[in-house]
Amino acid sequence: MSFKTTASAFTLSIAAVSAAMTPGIASAADVNIYTSRQPELIQPVLDAFTEETGLSTATIFIDKGLEQRVSAEGANSPADVIMTVDIGRLDAAKQEGVTQAVTGETINETIPAEFQDADNQWFGLTARGRVVYASKDRVDVDALTYKELASPEWKGRICTRSGQHQYNIALIAAYIEHYGEDAAREWVTGLRDNLARRPEGGDRDQAKAIFAGECDIAIGNTYYVGQMMTNEKEPEQKEWAEAIKVIMPTFDNGKTHANISGIALAKNAPNKENAIKLMNFLSSEEAQKIYADANYEYPLEPGIETSDLVQGFGEFNKDDISLSAIASHRDAASRIVDEVAYDSGPQS
Amino acid sequence: MSAHASLLKPDLRIRRRPRPGVGKRWLVMATLIALVTVMPVVSLIVIAVSSGASESWAHLLSTVLPEATRVTILLMLGVALVTGIVGVVTAWLTASFDFPGRRLFSWALVLPLAVPTYIAAYCVTEFLHFTGPVQTAIRQGFGYASGRDYWFPDVRSLPGAVIILSSVLYPYVFLTVRLVFLMQGRKAADVARTLGSGPGMAFVRVLLPMARPAIAVGVALALMETINDIGAVEFLGVRTLTFSVYSTWLNRGDLAGATQLALAMLVVIVGLVLLERAARRDQRYTLSRDDRASVGRHPLKAGYGLLAGLACALPIAFGFGIPAYILGDYAFRRLDQFTDAALWSALGNTGLVAGAAGLLTVLAAFMTSYGVRLTRSPTLLALVRLGTLGYAIPGTVLAIGILIPLAAFDNALDAVLRNNFGISTGLLLSGSGAAIVYACFVRFMAMGYGAMESGFAKLSPHLDHASRTLGHGPGRTLRTVLLPLMSPALLTGFMLVFVDSVKELSATILLRPFDFETLATFVYASASRSAFEDAAVAALLIVATGILPVLVLTRTILKQAR
Repeated sequence: MSFKTTASAFTLSIAAVSAAMTPGIASAADVNIYTSRQPELIQPVLDAFTEETGLSTATIFIDKGLEQRVSAEGANSPADVIMTVDIGRLDAAKQEGVTQAVTGETINETIPAEFQDADNQWFGLTARGRVVYASKDRVDVDALTYKELASPEWKGRICTRSGQHQYNIALIAAYIEHYGEDAAREWVTGLRDNLARRPEGGDRDQAKAIFAGECDIAIGNTYYVGQMMTNEKEPEQKEWAEAIKVIMPTFDNGKTHANISGIALAKNAPNKENAIKLMNFLSSEEAQKIYADANYEYPLEPGIETSDLVQGFGEFNKDDISLSAIASHRDAASRIVDEVAYDSGPQS
Repeated sequence: MSAHASLLKPDLRIRRRPRPGVGKRWLVMATLIALVTVMPVVSLIVIAVSSGASESWAHLLSTVLPEATRVTILLMLGVALVTGIVGVVTAWLTASFDFPGRRLFSWALVLPLAVPTYIAAYCVTEFLHFTGPVQTAIRQGFGYASGRDYWFPDVRSLPGAVIILSSVLYPYVFLTVRLVFLMQGRKAADVARTLGSGPGMAFVRVLLPMARPAIAVGVALALMETINDIGAVEFLGVRTLTFSVYSTWLNRGDLAGATQLALAMLVVIVGLVLLERAARRDQRYTLSRDDRASVGRHPLKAGYGLLAGLACALPIAFGFGIPAYILGDYAFRRLDQFTDAALWSALGNTGLVAGAAGLLTVLAAFMTSYGVRLTRSPTLLALVRLGTLGYAIPGTVLAIGILIPLAAFDNALDAVLRNNFGISTGLLLSGSGAAIVYACFVRFMAMGYGAMESGFAKLSPHLDHASRTLGHGPGRTLRTVLLPLMSPALLTGFMLVFVDSVKELSATILLRPFDFETLATFVYASASRSAFEDAAVAALLIVATGILPVLVLTRTILKQAR
């Protein structure tokens, strides 16, 4: 093999690869969606949108780094909207400067103010509660406050996933907004010392741990309970769900921490008009219902009924402190988790 | 060290090329490839230094850094030790002895390579968890009612992580070391045995030192994968430095700080690699010619044969058996997914990406390593080695390093063409599947280059010299002399890059175009909403796709080396 042969083989294979891959460029749909939501959860509502408006959609499911990708793509970015979960991600998109404001549209009206960005850069679409899963057999109480989770009566009885997980960070950030940073540090320390084991796994694994008798209460999102209760393929998970009851813990205002899934208009949206149509559609009653039901979540537009299954969790009295305020405490929350070494498990 | 090795000295290197300028084209090409490989690491360095020392350092130093460093070091030590021992022992047993099942083991030992670390972590945890088959059997057997009635080791722990990661990473060591044992080991061992050593002594005195560079390469690959892993360690609740990289970036919005931490980890890895290289600087082992007249394998007596079989079966059971059992069980209840067209298109995409990445990476690695061999340019060597470091960087962070220069290139090209010709190319590379191939190329260059380097290292420079004395240029030398001898290395390199590209997730998920799924992203979509069982079919296909080349190529390599 001479140099020329090797070099041309190399060049040829690059050319072949490029040719094989280029169809991917065709970013051609009427609305292009960058999303960190799993495709199967958003597809039903996107299908309804296409049916109603005749506009086609294309999606890319991206997790970590979604904002950086839109940012790097710059003016040529095909992204029209960014759909994501967790207040932190929506705020990160805003901070990265990849969103733009939407004003004077239906979505501004239908979504309650506390679930929108103060500068109209993002909008919540559905809510989920960060609640307590408690053992039906071993826990008698039916009401709890978040504060009480740190009280000694739960020593060695609590399970959670990593304190650095975005859902726990948002909860701690909400705690900071309610009670201040020092109180939050004390609370996270108390919670840590009540842990039955080092934080590990996801929310479902905590329900499983209650089922297995490793702990009596756990912190988790509401929709996982719905997913476990209806898991026909793995009926074992129904047993885990059967072993627990949902308790809606409250802050002093009597309300429960709510996180959201949401949407933002991309800064360089090439199909801005269509994108806004999608945003408005997603805030409509029809879409809110489909979207919320797809994952046992709560619609954000007031007055829409949730499914029977979700109603079974009890009344979800969504906290009405501003999500923007919660987002601003995420950095502090993440530091507290490190400072008290929450993820190392109980220390006393 | 051994008589065999010292015979090969003195090393008569050609200091001057017979036809000046001939190697130059190789140098230019190799340098270009190396630059392309090293670009993402460079762009991460730019991000890291752009904001000065991050505030995160003070926070990290006073909080989790000491503990995370301790955990990371222990994890790496553990993985190095376990992959090293398992890899070398199994390679030695299958290469030097005859025992029942040896032929089966000699390829089955590679199977765990097809299992991604995050899938292994999930499956082993599931298998050994309270609700898994093992503990259920224990409870039923002994009549226990609850998990509090008996002790059972916690898989989600540091030792658990060491064992789980090692169980799927040891094949790197097994593959590289076995090649040495097969190609030259038996002859050397035979010589040692003629001189009166038993097989054990021959192993310790001759084979082990001879295999040291290969062990170093294999263990280094295993460690780099350990340090870039986030899926498995996060699931297992083992807080490594990688975990802090992500929490710094995602929860505290400090990408620069995260990059600085990732690069600091990289510096440590580089230090370790350099130390190891320095420690064996004066040792050179090359093979004068392929040895096909070996006296053959040493047969083992029944009892020892059984032990050897067990030693080989155990790692396969752990790294492949358990995942296959768990995935198969879930998949069996989801047979309908096999009719999902999206799954098969994901399979097609996976094969395309992995095949292209494997081909490109091996060709590029071959050209650069030949360029290094030919020119002995220390600058080129340093550049090439820098390019192989991408593998040790947490995947998503590296993907950011890939994304930024690619998108910048696309936007610049678009602007130039738009201004001068009115054509818009948009996001030519970063918006297409080519970006994923490039990402795999960068991430897995370490595999490709490692295979080429150890392949070339085994070929004595005398071969080049003889060919060149006969008036052949570097190209003809390559074609007629080196290439035939290099084919096992080429195949090994391709296989490693292919299998790793099939498993690749973090860069693919960030860089993919619209509606583009690979099997790994398919798995992730379910796993990221804690519904891993729904991903079983796709996960099984990942393993199957990885196995196919493993089987074909290990057989080819075995045949070559036999």
